[in-house]
Amino acid sequence: MSTLEIRDLHVSVETKEGPKPILRGVDLTISSGETHAIMGPNGSGKSTLASALAGHPKYEVTSGTVTLDGEDVLEMSVDERARAGIFLAMQYPVEVPGVSVANFLRTAKTAIAGEAPALRTWGKEVKSAMENLRIDPAFAERSVNEGFSGGEKKRHEILQLELFKPTFAILDETDSGLDVDALRIVSEGVNRAKETTDVGVLLITHYTRILRYIKPDFVHVFVDGKVAEEGGPELAERLENEGYDRYVGTGATMA
Amino acid sequence: MTSTTENKGGAAVPTLTTDHSRAKADGAHSHGVVPAGSRAERVTSFDLADIPVPTGREEEWRFTPVDRLQPLFAPELGAAGVRTTVVPAPEVRVEIVGRDDERLGTAGKPGDRTAVTAWNAFTEATVVTVPAEAVASDVTSVRVEGISKDATASHLLIRAERFSQAVVVVDHLGDALLDQTVEIVVEEGAHLTVVSVQDWADGAVHASSHRATIARDGRLKHVVVTFGGDVVRITPDATFAGEGAEVEMVGLYFADADQHQEHRLFVDHAQPRCKSRVTYKGALQGVGAHAVWVGDVLIQAHAEGTDTYELNRNLVLTDGARADSVPNLEIETGEIDGAGHASATGRFDDEQLFYLMARGIPEVDARRLVVRGFFAELIDEIGVPAVEERLIASIEAELEKSMSVITGVADAAE
Repeated sequence: MSTLEIRDLHVSVETKEGPKPILRGVDLTISSGETHAIMGPNGSGKSTLASALAGHPKYEVTSGTVTLDGEDVLEMSVDERARAGIFLAMQYPVEVPGVSVANFLRTAKTAIAGEAPALRTWGKEVKSAMENLRIDPAFAERSVNEGFSGGEKKRHEILQLELFKPTFAILDETDSGLDVDALRIVSEGVNRAKETTDVGVLLITHYTRILRYIKPDFVHVFVDGKVAEEGGPELAERLENEGYDRYVGTGATMA
Repeated sequence: MTSTTENKGGAAVPTLTTDHSRAKADGAHSHGVVPAGSRAERVTSFDLADIPVPTGREEEWRFTPVDRLQPLFAPELGAAGVRTTVVPAPEVRVEIVGRDDERLGTAGKPGDRTAVTAWNAFTEATVVTVPAEAVASDVTSVRVEGISKDATASHLLIRAERFSQAVVVVDHLGDALLDQTVEIVVEEGAHLTVVSVQDWADGAVHASSHRATIARDGRLKHVVVTFGGDVVRITPDATFAGEGAEVEMVGLYFADADQHQEHRLFVDHAQPRCKSRVTYKGALQGVGAHAVWVGDVLIQAHAEGTDTYELNRNLVLTDGARADSVPNLEIETGEIDGAGHASATGRFDDEQLFYLMARGIPEVDARRLVVRGFFAELIDEIGVPAVEERLIASIEAELEKSMSVITGVADAAE
C-alpha cells in the first residue's frame, strides 16, 4: 500500500516573458488501487500537474510538497522519480530516431527494475502485452514513436504502463485524439494494469468519455490552477451534462 | 538553397531544415553560393602556379582556419612524416612506384591549394590494385601512421580493375602534418568500397584530396570517418566516366572542442544515367568544435537520367560548437530522374532526454541512446563489419568525454 501526497503545490512555467504561475495550491492524496480523475477546462493546469510530477525541466515548483510514501519526490531527478515508481503516459510522446522499441523497452525495464529482465520471459511478456494492445509485432523493430499515428503512440504508452508496472501512473490526456476502438483498447490496458498490479491512477482528461471505460473512484475538477470541486463518480456525470460553465462562466463547454 | 546553421554560446538554437527532395528544375536552376560561376568552371590543375596560396576568403576556404594549414600550402613537402603499411587481401597487389608511373594522375586534377601541393611534392606512390575479375576474400588494410611533425606529402592510388570486387580500409593514426592524395579508379563493372578513417592524435593536421573516377556500370562506396586531429579537411571528388555507374558517399564525424573537421564533396554527373547518394552525419561537442560540410553536385547538360540525393545532419550536443552545412545542386538538364538534398542542424533534443529519463533511464545512458540512434542507420550502411564495430567503439569513447563534461557541470551546479 503506497501513498502519493501532493500538498499546496505551486508551479510556474518558463515563458519568454518570465515565469508564469499555473498551479496555485493543489492538494491531492492518491493511494494504491485508487483511480482519480482530474478534469477541467483547457488551461486549468491539468497537464502542468502531470509534467511537474514527472519533473519536466520547463516547470518550476515554487512551493509545496510532493511525497511518495514519505519520500520527497521533488528532490528526485526525472529518472529517479520513474525508478521510484511514478509513470507518466505522455500527451505527446516523443520520437527517438534510431532507437528501436525493443531496445528502449528493455533498457527502461532494466533501469526501473535495477537488473536486466530474464531474456526468455521478457520476450514473451512483451509479445503478449503487444498482442493485448493490438500492436503489430513489427513495431518492436521500429524507432520509438517515429512515424507512429496518434493512436499508436498512445497504445505504446500504455504498453509501457503494463510492462514497467509502476506504483502510480499519471495518464496525461491519453484519450485525446483517439477513436472509439483505440479508446477501448487503451482503456482495457489501463484496467488490466489496475487489476494485476494495484497501481494508483491519476487520469487527466478533458472529456468524460474515457470514464465510461475506466471507472474513477474520485473526481477532482481543476479550475485556474487548483481543485475547485471534488466528489465521486457522480461528479463526472454532472460534468457530462453541465460542462464546465458553472466553474468558468464563459464559453468553456464539454465537447 | 544554402543553409548554414551556427550555434555559438548559450542562445537557443533554431533547427534549420532545407529539404527539396525530388526537386526537378530547368537549366537555369542553381543552388547555393557559387561565386566562381558554376562548379564546372572552378580551376583544376596539376600546375602549382595555377592555384595560389589561399587567403581564406575564397569560396572553397571560407570556413577553414587557413593559418593552421599553412605548412601544407608550401611547395616543398617531405616524405618522412608518415609510415604507410599495406596488408593486402590475397588477391590484391601492392606496389611502390615513382611519380612518373603513368597510372598516376588519371582520376582528375587537383582542385585546391593543398591538393596541388600534394600532387607536386610526392616522390613515391603506393598503388593498390584489385586485378580484373578478382573478388577479394578479405579487407585490404592501408595504415598511415604519423611518426613526425615534418610537413609531408603522400600519394595513394587504389585501382579496381574490370569486374573486380574489394574493400580497402585506409587508417590514419598518430600525429602528423599530412597533405595527401587518394586516387580511386573504378573500372567497368567493378565494385569497390574505400573507407578512410581519420583517428589521429590531437595535434594532427590533415588535408586530403580524394579523387575518384567511376567507369561504366562501376560502383564505388566511399566512406569517410573522422574523429581525431586538430584540423582535418577532406575533399572527395567523384566523377562518372561511363553510363550506369553509381557512387554512394557516406560520412560520419565527431568533432570535439577546438577541432575543425571539414568535408567538401563534389559529385560530377558528367555521364547520363548515373546515380549518386551522399549521406553525412556528424555530432559536435565542446567549445570551438567546428564541422563543415559542403556537398556540391553538378548535373551536366548531357547527364540525362541522373538520380542524385545528398543529405547532411548535424547534432550539436553542447554549447559553443558550430556546424556549417551547405548543399549545392547545379542542374543543367531537365531530363533527370531525381535530384534533391537536405540539410539540418539540430541541438540535442531536451524532450527526447526527458522522455527517456521519465522511463527511469539515467541521463548518461539516455544521451548515449540518442546519439547512437542518430548514427545507427549510417553505421549499418557501411557494410564492413570490422569498421562498424570500431566505429561504435569510437563513438562510445567520444561520448565518454561529453559525459564527463555533463557530470562535471552537474556536480558544480549542486
